[in-house]
Amino acid sequence: MSPHIIPKRTYFLIFAALIGLTALTTYAATVDLGRLNTVIALLIAACKGSLVALFFMHLRWSGRLTQIVAVAALFWLAILLALTLSDYRTRRWTPAAEGWATSSNQFNR
Amino acid sequence: MSTTAVEATTGVNYLNAKYGIRSWLFTTDHKRIALLYLVSITFFFLIGGAAAVLMRLHLIEPQGALLEPATYNKMFSMHGIIMVFFFLIPSIPAVMGNFLVPMMVGARDLAFPRVNLLSWYIYILGGLFTLYAILAGGVDTGWTFYTPLSTTYANGQVMAAALGIFITGFSSILTGLNFVVTIHKMRAPGLTWFRLPLFIWAMYATSIIQILGTPVVAIAIVLVGLERLLHVGIFDPALGGDPILFQHLFWFYSHPAVYIMILPSMGVVSELITCFSKKRIFGYSFIAFSSVAIAVISFLVWGHHMFVSGQSVYAGLVFSALSFAVAIPSAIKVFNWTATLYKGSVSYQAPMLYALGFIGLFTMGGLTGLFLASLATDIHLHDTYFVIAHFHYIMVGGALMGYLGGLHFWWPKMTGRLYPDGWARFSALVIFIGFNLTFFPQFMLGYLGMPRRYAVYPPEFQVLNVMSSAGASILGVGYLIPLVYFIWSMRYGPVAGPNPWGAKGLEWETPSPPPTENFEELPIVEEEAYAYGVKEARVV
Ligand SMILES: [Cu+2]
Repeated sequence: MSPHIIPKRTYFLIFAALIGLTALTTYAATVDLGRLNTVIALLIAACKGSLVALFFMHLRWSGRLTQIVAVAALFWLAILLALTLSDYRTRRWTPAAEGWATSSNQFNR
Repeated sequence: MSTTAVEATTGVNYLNAKYGIRSWLFTTDHKRIALLYLVSITFFFLIGGAAAVLMRLHLIEPQGALLEPATYNKMFSMHGIIMVFFFLIPSIPAVMGNFLVPMMVGARDLAFPRVNLLSWYIYILGGLFTLYAILAGGVDTGWTFYTPLSTTYANGQVMAAALGIFITGFSSILTGLNFVVTIHKMRAPGLTWFRLPLFIWAMYATSIIQILGTPVVAIAIVLVGLERLLHVGIFDPALGGDPILFQHLFWFYSHPAVYIMILPSMGVVSELITCFSKKRIFGYSFIAFSSVAIAVISFLVWGHHMFVSGQSVYAGLVFSALSFAVAIPSAIKVFNWTATLYKGSVSYQAPMLYALGFIGLFTMGGLTGLFLASLATDIHLHDTYFVIAHFHYIMVGGALMGYLGGLHFWWPKMTGRLYPDGWARFSALVIFIGFNLTFFPQFMLGYLGMPRRYAVYPPEFQVLNVMSSAGASILGVGYLIPLVYFIWSMRYGPVAGPNPWGAKGLEWETPSPPPTENFEELPIVEEEAYAYGVKEARVV
């Protein structure tokens, strides 16, 4: 794995793309799309992150081991999100706490 | 190569190759950086220990004997923050890992020596912030910084202390990164993955956690800062946030962090058990893979800290079941160490006493963890002294015993001198007795319902609290004895020679203390790890 030489042009193009996507994020924030606002902001951010990792951090030209490390990091992020959401998605499944209301009423009596 | 050859014949080593404060502060030698860490973490251990002494003195009387309640809160916060982030997490990785990883893989240094030095400076910078936070008034949030206490209600230096932890996290990430690259890329010829010492497997698993977990706690701290300073709504329900989200982010790191503390000790114990029973390890690949399994599973169980927090009970069920799964690789290790002892020629020198102490205390800590991982019993035991006792059996009885065992084992290699073995065995015994007297009564206190983090308690708990405080003073003496004889041995201890224990492993095939470049000639490995009873290793 000798260091890969990348033409300066590529770096400038990627830089321009990142600036462009930043402008797009700013613009998208001014349009009211409801829940889609967050989704779009996150998608653009993910694209920017991928560009930085692939080109600026040379992941595109790196060995398999390095690429596996990068994918592993994403996998761990998925664990964080999935198990955290397992709480938020199921929190309201529990029957509403009527018992509390009745018992406090008893105190009031 | 030539400098090392000269060093070998003239008795020059990494300690006396250069002199002066600059030669230490600007060194990139992994062995010297290990000693820088050793001195620094010992300093923090003494501060954290002092806080514990004050707490235990205070709790001799039900109404509190010594401190204002607010001061007591600051004491337990300081004790936790310093012991976790500035002693236990760097302890074995930054001291023994730094010293031993290159030597055990047969390399001249870590992959990134300058990054290694940088990690020490980052650690010191984080430590200074935390010391400032203590001197400028302290924090009373506990080491867990739970919201909304830390964001909305806490007074004191929350941001300074949190910033200290944030900064120190990067030192931990850099150390882990250095180890992973070194273990992948710099192994000596013939040193295949399954010939590596189990200490290396343990350090590798630890490094994975450090790299993948630490950024998340850093993010959590930044979010606390954003909410405290700029009132961005992350954790405060009034601003649209959720306080329990902090616990998710915090424990995603801080549960695996427990394994940053215990996995290295397990690696040390594998080395000690084989050396002092002069027997090859039982079930090498099971122990190796159980380290990796613990590292992976450790990321799936964090919700067991949150059963009574308002977390969904269904998520609680999943986290409970996954937590039980950690018991499997942990038990594999304990059974394999025990099987290694079977029919070995066991000798009871000081490092071995610590290793055997580790096995017993870690087993108790692990089994009591199952009570806390069960949903129903945790409702009763949560936030009581049972939890305090449980995690001290893991983090002190386990992690710290392993650290001390390793320090006694490799001290002759690090300094070239032997310490008095009689005193060392005596202190191991004092620590074991003191530890159990301190923390076993806390299991009972917790079961009886005494909550943690209170400055006062009902009078019927006094007997057990006095027992615990008495044990703590014995434990304190047990820690001070090694401090004295280690310092003594640096000047007056008998010369150790390259391999005082008759141990296997590349680090024992070079002089003590090692030359600057570790090996006169880079070794070629032709045998498995722990080939005790096999003919001498042939180094070509
Ligand atoms: Cu945990």
